Amino acid sequence: MYKYDEYDQRIVDERVAQFADQTRRFLAGELSEDEFRPLRLQNGVYIQRHAPMLRIAVPYGNLNSKQLRMLGHIARRYDHGYAHVTTRHNIQFNWPKLEDVPEILGLLSSVQMHAIQTSGNCIRNVTSDPFAGVAADEIADPRPWCEILRQWSTFHPEFAFLPRKFKIAVNGAKQDRALVQAHDIGLDLVYNEAGELGFRVLVGGGLGRTPIIGAEISAFVPWQQILNYCSAILRVYNLHGRRDNAYKARIKILVKALGVEEFARQVEAEFVHLKDGPSTLTQAEIDRVAGRFDDPVLAPLPQDAGYRAHLAENKAFAAWARRNVRAHRVQGYASVVLSLKPYGVAPGDLTAEQFDAIADLADRHAFGEVRNTHEQNVLLASVREADLFEVWQQARELGLATPNIGLLTDIISCPGGDFCALANAKSIPIANAIQDRFTDLDYLYDLGELELNISGCMNACGHHHVGHIGILGVDKNGQEFYQVTIGGSQGNQAALGKVIGPSFAAAEMPDVITSLINNFIDNRHEDERFIDTVRRIGIDSFKTRVYAERAARLEARETANV
Amino acid sequence: MSDIIKNGLIQSDDWQVLRLAEGEAAADAALPAGRAIVPLAVWQARRDELLPKAEAGVLGVWLAGSEDPFALEADLPLLQLVAVDFPKFADGRGYSIATLLRTRLGYGGELRAIGDVLRDQFFFMLRCGFSVLQPREGKYTTAQLEAALASLKDFTTPYQGAVDRPEPLFRRQPRTPLQKDAA
Ligand code: HEM
Ligand code: SF4
Repeated sequence: MYKYDEYDQRIVDERVAQFADQTRRFLAGELSEDEFRPLRLQNGVYIQRHAPMLRIAVPYGNLNSKQLRMLGHIARRYDHGYAHVTTRHNIQFNWPKLEDVPEILGLLSSVQMHAIQTSGNCIRNVTSDPFAGVAADEIADPRPWCEILRQWSTFHPEFAFLPRKFKIAVNGAKQDRALVQAHDIGLDLVYNEAGELGFRVLVGGGLGRTPIIGAEISAFVPWQQILNYCSAILRVYNLHGRRDNAYKARIKILVKALGVEEFARQVEAEFVHLKDGPSTLTQAEIDRVAGRFDDPVLAPLPQDAGYRAHLAENKAFAAWARRNVRAHRVQGYASVVLSLKPYGVAPGDLTAEQFDAIADLADRHAFGEVRNTHEQNVLLASVREADLFEVWQQARELGLATPNIGLLTDIISCPGGDFCALANAKSIPIANAIQDRFTDLDYLYDLGELELNISGCMNACGHHHVGHIGILGVDKNGQEFYQVTIGGSQGNQAALGKVIGPSFAAAEMPDVITSLINNFIDNRHEDERFIDTVRRIGIDSFKTRVYAERAARLEARETANV
Repeated sequence: MSDIIKNGLIQSDDWQVLRLAEGEAAADAALPAGRAIVPLAVWQARRDELLPKAEAGVLGVWLAGSEDPFALEADLPLLQLVAVDFPKFADGRGYSIATLLRTRLGYGGELRAIGDVLRDQFFFMLRCGFSVLQPREGKYTTAQLEAALASLKDFTTPYQGAVDRPEPLFRRQPRTPLQKDAA
């Protein structure tokens, strides 16, 4: 985890004071609602269905046990005893009172946390790979770069009021786990032919109502220049992004309007003036930031015999290990994904007790640290193999050991109509209904990796476009309906799903998923994943199957009603 | 007279901002008596007429968010006051325009923020090189404006370089590596 120095702490403390004063002025009527809105948004405060929602920044997903306990405390003291892990690694509270927010921010600041720029038209929390620093396929650790970008973007005066929100993701591994192609700026750490480190830069990706896969505007920007290059991108965007229509204000629309080449040319024209300027990074600064991550130093351990014995003897443990334990770079260690997708719970929700318990687990077995994943789970990055059995037992007691990571029931879902004022439809009940349909674990394994993502409206907070199966809530004459896409994917082969046809009522959704799955099984080659089959045979047979079976169901129902 | 903030203090000021009415032609807009800040279009249409006033320090030019500061490139050495308009406080183009005026165009005269200028943006404006802030007319009472001066100093040690402090924190201050805590 990155540890604050005095400057980091001071900036957060000063922000707490600033926001406390802004809130006071708002409550006293000195600031109008319109004037306060952008200020509170830049502190993560939305006004939602029930109460303000407070979104807390978890920079690139990293949390330590002290912070987890504080989140648990806040959930108990100021909320209804739970919080939500978002697809952008952050934590959201659904029920705090506006008057309490300054106090909550003060508590967060005491554990080196804040809610700065978690919403609003500014540079948002930088996201990355939860496996950073422990992944075997890592080219370079993205975390120090994320932290450098965090500091640079925090209260950047020139980019404090952009046309629209701005999201940056950094990937440092061969396999992209940070969705760099779906961000306003996606940065890929790469080595050039001379063996120098730099970034491949993508721009204009994003989901939302106009989903677009990002385009490369530079194959290699030397690491020293990355802040200068990002400044150039942001300046072009700040000056020329549309401000007349919020739906057309993201950078992707500007890139599309200008064309990627022209946009790249304008960025280059700015960059020549910024290159080698004062914001050029130095090796000393990189080393300093990297050095403030107090990562455990892990020496390889012999493979643990006890772990292997448990695997052989205990079927449930083996099932969990197969799905929720991931290889680690250092022999004798593993990474453990705690599933926040047990059946019947809102995907990504954690109770106050679970926050505390995860903190204890992390302290005992994972060097006091966890990471939030964009799939809305929690990762223990480094666990000794010898500890895995105990971790499993404890996680099971906490309801965090559902062995479904990467499977159909590991559903990504936005809060949807139960919480969100923008929703067309509910998401959580759909996720739960689908989970209820697929309870047989052996069957789920046999289906293999399958990502199902649900958003309650076209803002796409649940990343439905990049789900192998995507579900989108739509409004049909005031009724909640769901549109289904297939063939989307994240990662190196990022793709947007294709709509299979007219939308469905909520009650039909489990059957629709069953039809899709059955068509997959009938057409699958050996161990092919669902997405591979869709890529190979296209969506037509899926479409035909779904609507034929739906027609048959409707007919059967009518016959029964005669 | 309006209140402005300059050098960290509230001062009263007699510059008048000329805004063209809807459909009014730049060529025949009536100039206010006394010191005036005119739109770029007026400056461009009547440069010869206005040049002596600019040189005498009684005429400045303001840029709208949509206007390119490079349009003033040749004239900047003659101008003692340039203003940038914030049509809405949440419209952040003025920050980039100010930055470009100061860094790329080397403008060293008075740079004034006009329009929807509110206290919660003061800090960012100063950082982008504005030397005078002219709060929205009628927005603050004298007491409120006094209190608003505190916003000039919302943050003492910003991370990134900007016009006011071109060097980022890591070049300005020694930042220490981690002291390994005793476990
Ligand atoms: C409940 C309150 C929320 C509101 C009002 C809200 C609102 C929005 C809006 C309006 C957009 C579209 C912005 C655009 O396209 O310019 C958006 C996008 C997004 N939201 Fe939310 N959101 C909420 C909660 C969440 C939660 C809980 C998550 C995570 C689970 C989330 C993750 C995202 C992501 C990842 C995007 C980006 C999609 C893209 O790339 O455009 N949001 N949100
Ligand atoms: S996708 Fe829509 S319904 Fe879901 S959280 Fe985002 S804005 Fe709300």
